[in-house]
Amino acid sequence: MENKEASRKAPRGFERDETSESALGTSGASGASGVEVEHTSSGDILLMKPYDSANVDARVRVNKAYKMFIGGAFVRSESGRYFQVEGAPSEEDLGADPATVNVPRGSRKDVRDAVLAARSALVSWERRTAYNRGQILYRLAEVMESRRPELTQSLVRGGETPAEAASQVNVSIDRVVFYAGFADKFFALLASSNPVAGPHFNFSVPEPMGTIGVIAPDRPALLGLVSTILPIITGGNTCVALAGERDPRTSIVWSECLATSDIPGGVVNILTGHANELAVHFAKHREVAGIDAWMVDPNLRRAVESEGADSVKRVTTRVPMDAEAWSNERKAQGLGWIERFLETKTIWHPVGV
Amino acid sequence: MAHTMTKREGEAAPPSRGAIVALDFGKAWDYAAAPESPDHVSIDPKYGLFIGGRWVTPRSGRFFPTINPSTEEVLAEVADANAQDVDDAVRAAREAYDKYWSRMRGADRAKYIFRIARAIQEKARELAIVESMDGGKPIKESRDIDLPLAAAHFFYHAGWADKLDYAFHGRRIRSLGVAGQIIPWNFPLLMAAWKIAPALACGNTVVLKPAETTPLTALLLAKIIEEAELPPGVVNIVTGGGETGAALAIHPDVNKVAFTGSTSVGKRIQRAIAGTHKRLSLELGGKAANIVFADAPIDQAVDGIVNGIYFNQGHVCCAGSRLLVEESVHDVIVKKLRDRMATLRMGSPLDKNTDVGAINSKAQLARIRELVAAGEEEGCERYSAPCPVPEKGYWFPPTFFTGASMSSRIAREEIFGPVLTILTFRTPDEAVEKANNTSYGLSAGVWTDKGAKIFYMATKLKAGVIWGNTFNKFDPTSPFGGYKESGFGREGGRQGLAAYLGVE
Repeated sequence: MENKEASRKAPRGFERDETSESALGTSGASGASGVEVEHTSSGDILLMKPYDSANVDARVRVNKAYKMFIGGAFVRSESGRYFQVEGAPSEEDLGADPATVNVPRGSRKDVRDAVLAARSALVSWERRTAYNRGQILYRLAEVMESRRPELTQSLVRGGETPAEAASQVNVSIDRVVFYAGFADKFFALLASSNPVAGPHFNFSVPEPMGTIGVIAPDRPALLGLVSTILPIITGGNTCVALAGERDPRTSIVWSECLATSDIPGGVVNILTGHANELAVHFAKHREVAGIDAWMVDPNLRRAVESEGADSVKRVTTRVPMDAEAWSNERKAQGLGWIERFLETKTIWHPVGV
Repeated sequence: MAHTMTKREGEAAPPSRGAIVALDFGKAWDYAAAPESPDHVSIDPKYGLFIGGRWVTPRSGRFFPTINPSTEEVLAEVADANAQDVDDAVRAAREAYDKYWSRMRGADRAKYIFRIARAIQEKARELAIVESMDGGKPIKESRDIDLPLAAAHFFYHAGWADKLDYAFHGRRIRSLGVAGQIIPWNFPLLMAAWKIAPALACGNTVVLKPAETTPLTALLLAKIIEEAELPPGVVNIVTGGGETGAALAIHPDVNKVAFTGSTSVGKRIQRAIAGTHKRLSLELGGKAANIVFADAPIDQAVDGIVNGIYFNQGHVCCAGSRLLVEESVHDVIVKKLRDRMATLRMGSPLDKNTDVGAINSKAQLARIRELVAAGEEEGCERYSAPCPVPEKGYWFPPTFFTGASMSSRIAREEIFGPVLTILTFRTPDEAVEKANNTSYGLSAGVWTDKGAKIFYMATKLKAGVIWGNTFNKFDPTSPFGGYKESGFGREGGRQGLAAYLGVE
């Protein structure tokens, strides 16, 4: 489950991209002819047996290139960097991944590009009617439901047991439905008409803050993303999220749900990479209005809070909850999750003839 | 009048350079002074710190003078609390939280807070006079705005103390502990009320640091709290300067920091407490757009402009310091504004006729002069009301600039004085664009006779408070606070309670 790091400056022989991977041509889909791997002392995985001559009729698998999701498009890191995560955990895995997959290692520039996309998407997203936002979010639940096997499989590859994975997907889909139905209700729960002592009509309404940055917890890979991102976009904000490092691939599979739902491009942007590199760049970016960061390292949490001060950012950093808590409806969803990234606007007008 | 009025602030640069000459009332506008008598007010020569229900000498051993900015006379010596004093105050607050305040029924907390509200009403005139003497604001503002609102804030929040469960339906709430609160000099007692009342109602105890230049009414409030027999340590008042405030903000046993003041200090506090789990609310600076459409009731709008920027000498974080006027009415509004400004009376804060009082401090006057000079250097055209300026004290006449651009310093930086920058626009969207083109987002005003336009603008303006056909209105039931770099958290209303509660 370790992520294998490879910088651009790595020796040629250790560099990997999808072309070299497919040229080696991992063999057929059946478990019996699975690829043998050998872990070298340097930690790299070398493909030892690219082709099973005993099974020449087996179909050659098409591998997927995993990319980040920015502005509604799937892109590699502008930096050209990547990191590796384990692909298929066992020979029984019938999916489309080889033993290791390359995931973009996002850069500061990728963060900036994603924030630009999110800011651009903000105006039309925040102005949609609450009813329309609710329908769009419900559509996401529909798409996730139909892609349930793929999401589950990805979580299994990320290290969850099949039962855990199936349950996580169920809760995630239900959580999307929860927020879809909240889109046109939180307003009435948070707004107020204020009885000021004078001839004025005065009322307060919740409004989205703007573009919010999320540093998602490592686990649970899918439910962590859904639980943090959905309340943000339900409130009318747009979002740039850095997926957890442990199973970033699932965030990309989920991005494919986002891409095929009706959520406009740029409303949710998903980056992959390292929190200890990128989190402060979220905090320093002046167009990011707020941050929801789930990180273990106290120094990193302090750095994010500290850097956010320069733009008076609304920063919450938290130690990730355990997986069970994320499934708990009382602990991991609710009105407070939406309210956290809303502003209150108060409007006064005289009453008179 | 106590002061001889000889010098004119605008003498170096001729005050009226434009084509349109301001009204000249001559002797017709002369008036008899009507000073509010301070003879029933008692200010002690020296004040200690109010810690744990007792008045104590500061461990620092240091005192500093607080002066009357309209006369430069020393009013009293005030304790300069150091970090040890702050620590004493926080300990007292913690003990009071553990022993009394967190255990008390909400209904009983409420009764103590009601007592404070009532005592403020009983002592309102005395407090208003001291407020005007210590801070320089006109007595008619301290008497008619600051004091009634301060009492109202305690009265309003008292009623919440036993009803907090209703405020956040279906969610669990808890008090936070000790609140460290740092307040500014522009509305000294009112800001103390905005801070203390919700903190107490929500079950927290308080250490409050008033501003260095205006500590007196907070100390009189401490006397009220003493007389109201609140349990010792529930409210502690520590006076001092920036170092005292810093010691309070970073004190490890403070659970919640609430700060009202400049954006630069707010950022420093936010940075200083990063990683500490302290809750924070910030109410910072502003550069509010006051937007006047051609279809607005122009005379009302002009009065709103004057109230928006010259209220409290412009020492208002939500002041309407950027006037955006629709191009077609620019000239008529500038003319009417000059005429209106010709009627403004600047002078003794204790004179009931006074419209514009003294600038709060020498340092603030220097800041205002610096930015006004920058406006002139950038080629903007200045107009200052022809007010006689008293010889002693700190004064700056109501002033506006025309011909400024969005990039002018006077159009971007918070001046915090009676200085207005006038800009123009042609379409509502241009007005929105210009209004939002600032790192601040505290307030905005919109003047138009068209209801749909008010709501169009109100929806698009990125600011926490929008005044439609009015300006600078405040009420304890009405949440107040900013977007963007004007801070976060709200004060007032149901929403304001969230700043002093953990809501799960």
